Amino acid sequence: MAGQTLYDKLWQDHLVKSREDGTALIYIDRHLIHEVTSPQAFEGLRLAGRPLWRKDSLVATPDHNVPSHAAERAAGVAGIRDEISRIQVQTLDENCNDFDVVQFGINEPGQGIVHVIGPETGATLPGMTVVCGDSHTSTHGALGALAHGIGTSEVEHVMATQCLIQKKMKNMLVRVDGDLGPGVTAKDVVLAIIGKIGTAGGTGYAIEFGGSAIRSLSMEGRMTICNMAIEAGARAGMVAVDQVTLDYVKDKPYAPQGEHWDKAVENWSRLHSDDDAVFDAVVELRAEDIEPQVSWGTSPEMVAPVSALVPDPAGEADATKRAGIERALEYMGLAAGQKITDIKLDRVFIGSCTNSRIEDLRAAAAVAKGHKKADSVKEVLIVPGSQSVKAQAEKEGLDKVFVEAGFEWREPSCSMCLAMNADKLGAGEHCASTSNRNFEGRQGYGGRTHLVSPSMAAAAAIAGHFIDVRELELQGETA
Amino acid sequence: MKAFTRHEGLVAPMDRANVDTDLIIPKQFLKSIKRTGFGPNLFDELRYLDEGQPGQDHTKRPLNPEFPLNFPRYQGASVLLARKNFGCGSSREHAPWALDDHGFRAVIAPSFADIFFNNCFKNGLLPIVLDEAVVDQLFKEMEAQEGYTLTIDLEKQQVIKPNGDTIDFEVDAFRKHCLLNGLDDIGLTLEDADDIRAYEAKRREQAPWLFDAVK
Ligand code: SF4
Repeated sequence: MAGQTLYDKLWQDHLVKSREDGTALIYIDRHLIHEVTSPQAFEGLRLAGRPLWRKDSLVATPDHNVPSHAAERAAGVAGIRDEISRIQVQTLDENCNDFDVVQFGINEPGQGIVHVIGPETGATLPGMTVVCGDSHTSTHGALGALAHGIGTSEVEHVMATQCLIQKKMKNMLVRVDGDLGPGVTAKDVVLAIIGKIGTAGGTGYAIEFGGSAIRSLSMEGRMTICNMAIEAGARAGMVAVDQVTLDYVKDKPYAPQGEHWDKAVENWSRLHSDDDAVFDAVVELRAEDIEPQVSWGTSPEMVAPVSALVPDPAGEADATKRAGIERALEYMGLAAGQKITDIKLDRVFIGSCTNSRIEDLRAAAAVAKGHKKADSVKEVLIVPGSQSVKAQAEKEGLDKVFVEAGFEWREPSCSMCLAMNADKLGAGEHCASTSNRNFEGRQGYGGRTHLVSPSMAAAAAIAGHFIDVRELELQGETA
Repeated sequence: MKAFTRHEGLVAPMDRANVDTDLIIPKQFLKSIKRTGFGPNLFDELRYLDEGQPGQDHTKRPLNPEFPLNFPRYQGASVLLARKNFGCGSSREHAPWALDDHGFRAVIAPSFADIFFNNCFKNGLLPIVLDEAVVDQLFKEMEAQEGYTLTIDLEKQQVIKPNGDTIDFEVDAFRKHCLLNGLDDIGLTLEDADDIRAYEAKRREQAPWLFDAVK
């Protein structure tokens, strides 16, 4: 018998029951919740008179709607100016109280974007099944977990039964071998992968990211990669457990301790694909071929190396794709064949569950240090992913570097990743953003998003247009 | 959940690939804590010429005359004809809620994003995958004939054209069963409560650190 993939093992470990109709009941270890996709689920439980199956599996935090401005934030939930946002955050408070669920409230030390606080607290661990009513739950797969987003009906289903009804996905291996060049980050790797396989390339698959370039990434880099598995159409992305994983998890507040730690490590040591495992699809990239990436269109697959030109739809043979490119260029206000480096920016956003961890902020600060944002750039938002990232950054003085560069240092929230709070793009504005989606209107009505890495975003903030961050470094302009 | 057995309805187009859930229902409407009322804001940024806000009187907003769903001929449509990778992006169930609230009962496309596809079934909305060439042909027929309707027979797993031609489609046995009978799958899963408890007890023994860590 052929060996098992990491996904096969995680699936097998959580299989409660296979049913004759081809579906399976899969047990869920960790259920993360936030204010946007949980209220209707709690309401459903109430209406049906059902209790939570296992309340210690739940961890809640508000992130999507909470303000990023320190002044508005100071007064807590009551201080949220937008009334419907306030009601939604209050509803999460009430539901967590009524159902006795652990919540990191709006200004509490543990608060942050749900996908940032899971790994950093040890609430999400290797070998777990992790779900959340949020598609970027794939992030937690970086720990060697089976993690994916679910809809609100499934949120309610997991709350009531601790299980999901699932069909097994297919296995895909995305292997990136070789050494990444200087200035090329995890974000560039995942954008290059999506550019290659497309936004539906991973539909129906669980993707394992492997190869020497992935192994050489830090845990935070791996999270950035797995975070965007969903942008390639895959509900789940994952990376095998290795020493990097164990070093990261050790001593996290909710990680196992003492005897449990030893037992856990033994258990986790098998969380990798067997050498003879068979994948349904394999995609390969060479790390050396990957340049810093910039998205030019309205879908994450519409991405190009920073040295490239905006594509010409005339060169696309497929009619639906050609129409898509034409529409995207019109929405983005770009001309076919123009240089990516000629795109001027109105705003810059560094944050989101993709790139708001401490290493991301360090990378941005390293570029920003000693520079000033371009006058033509109206605003540069730096939004740390969690209270603990914020505290760490302040300890290292990164906040000062940003403020000196004319950037704004904000409070942990999703912020302009999806613009549910007050942070938004104006119509027609171009934004260099470290988030994960460049969909029409995502960052504000009529807004134009370009997805990039934190160092590329910081470089663009200084130059006022896209610039190859490697040139900046070669010129010795960065401190 | 609403049952779905057989449905005949007017067909309307959403003629672009990779329609994401942000486009289906923009984020400002996600602040609602209810499951209903999203219909008027379905495809908000395409349907109206202004920026929509929750709680607004949508009847006073300027409609985009170029958006097909606003054409008189497509009013009352209940079957949406779409392109590849429909429903990609976020997991927001507000997307199927908005489609349902607007009156759609089925969406036909060459492919769907996984989470959206799954969310549809939980809400009595039937996503149907047909070959790209077949979908193309349906687009042509729909455009050529005003008042073009399709009948969807879930029991037989068939889409029936106005001329009586049928197109077979696939659907998972379990999902079909739930939809045909309007079943709540939480109730069904709870019938297996003993299996879940047995699994849980075993798991607690093998991996005790997974339990009671967060309290
Ligand atoms: S940061 Fe953006 S993508 Fe991540 S959870 Fe928040 S809204 Fe979603």
